Amino acid sequence: MTHKPKVAFYWCASCGGCEETVVDLAEKVLDVVAKVDIVFWPCAMDFKYKDVETMKDGEIAVAFINGAIRTGEQDHVAKLLRKKSGMIISFGSCSTHGGVPALANLTSRKKIFASSYHHSPTVENPEGIEPMQTSQVNGHELILPEFYETVRKLSDIVDVDYYMTGCPPTSDNLAEAVGVILSGNLPPKGTVLSPNKALCGDCIRNETKPDNMVVERIRRPIDIILDSETCFLQQGVICMGPATRTGCGALCIDGNMPCTGCYGPTDNARDQGAKMIAALGGILSENREMETNEILERLTDPAGTFYRYTLAASKLGSVRKEE
Amino acid sequence: MSDYKPKIIAFVCNWCSYAGADKAGGKKLVYAPNVKLIRVMCSGRVDPQFAMEAFRKGADGVMVLGCHPGDCHYRSGNIKAFNRFSIFQRMLAQFGIEKERFKLDWVGAGEGERFQITANEMTETIKRLGPLSIRGFVESEVA
Repeated sequence: MTHKPKVAFYWCASCGGCEETVVDLAEKVLDVVAKVDIVFWPCAMDFKYKDVETMKDGEIAVAFINGAIRTGEQDHVAKLLRKKSGMIISFGSCSTHGGVPALANLTSRKKIFASSYHHSPTVENPEGIEPMQTSQVNGHELILPEFYETVRKLSDIVDVDYYMTGCPPTSDNLAEAVGVILSGNLPPKGTVLSPNKALCGDCIRNETKPDNMVVERIRRPIDIILDSETCFLQQGVICMGPATRTGCGALCIDGNMPCTGCYGPTDNARDQGAKMIAALGGILSENREMETNEILERLTDPAGTFYRYTLAASKLGSVRKEE
Repeated sequence: MSDYKPKIIAFVCNWCSYAGADKAGGKKLVYAPNVKLIRVMCSGRVDPQFAMEAFRKGADGVMVLGCHPGDCHYRSGNIKAFNRFSIFQRMLAQFGIEKERFKLDWVGAGEGERFQITANEMTETIKRLGPLSIRGFVESEVA
């Protein structure tokens, strides 16, 4: 029992979808559990931070951390797990590139609080109470974790050994990664445990793509009835395939929806958003009006489209604040 | 702010805009020394990543200068650049970066005066906007 490697799972700013991946292993989870001891998994079982604190440094073999770093608590536990673990795996889009939570970097903490605690139509808060880091209740001091101004990816906070991308990574990805780790035949540190090529390379619709593609007008999926066999870009719908790593098995394409880019860029691209703009610019039809560009009219949220999962890794950083 | 010296990076294409800048030099036209040129083969070679990298490493303004539409040495590189940077410029505003900090323009091989005017105007624009700093980016790269 004691010689089995110890594994920890932790979630930071995330939705719980990555935990779902572990559950989705279904009966395969038994194979995994037979080979490892899960010593910390707050989402599924009752563990205390103290349990981890009392462990020896490096006692945990592998810690899978999902979610972006938004609060002081997440920052603290990520650092604690780094200290206690031999290997940290950044699990999923949020921890690897910021994910959807990092879209908050396009606004500010002040605005988020104003919306969440004051202006949202479902909020009833006549006294204007906002959560505070420390408050006094019946003579006791209560402490909440700090809410950071900027959402960070895990590698901004701690040293990360391997990355897994996806929102969430598929359970096949996880089973494969666990297999690689248990085999002891490890790839170089910093590797993303997914194939290093673009999704288009694996897409069955690649064959329907004409040699000289020209997009007359960008459309959103709600604007047209999507053809179930033609390349989405050919239909004018933004599909992040050219700028996104493969490994997901083209699940969204199978469901007749364009890729939104959750597997992040390949190793050859430094910035997913920039790469998608470069790809898209190459196929748009000719237009010479920068201000009133009708082709781009339906591209209502460029940053949210091109950086839906990778804003914390954008070279343009976060929004510059007014102050 | 009067002694503020903006840093401006201009990507200029080999066939038209670099030649245009050269012409400006040959004619001894005086233009703002804040514009640093990077010669590329075609404006279509300029990836939006280059402009982002320039901003992040301290440029206050970035220009991409290419051949006039129809004059591209590679037929349509400048049109591709135009499409790319139309999207890029729209996106800059979402990051709180003034769209005037980026400029795409055409300078022909013989247009020394046009280069002089473009460089001077951009410098004036950036002087008015002040320095730029990218915040919230941590250097540790993710593969």
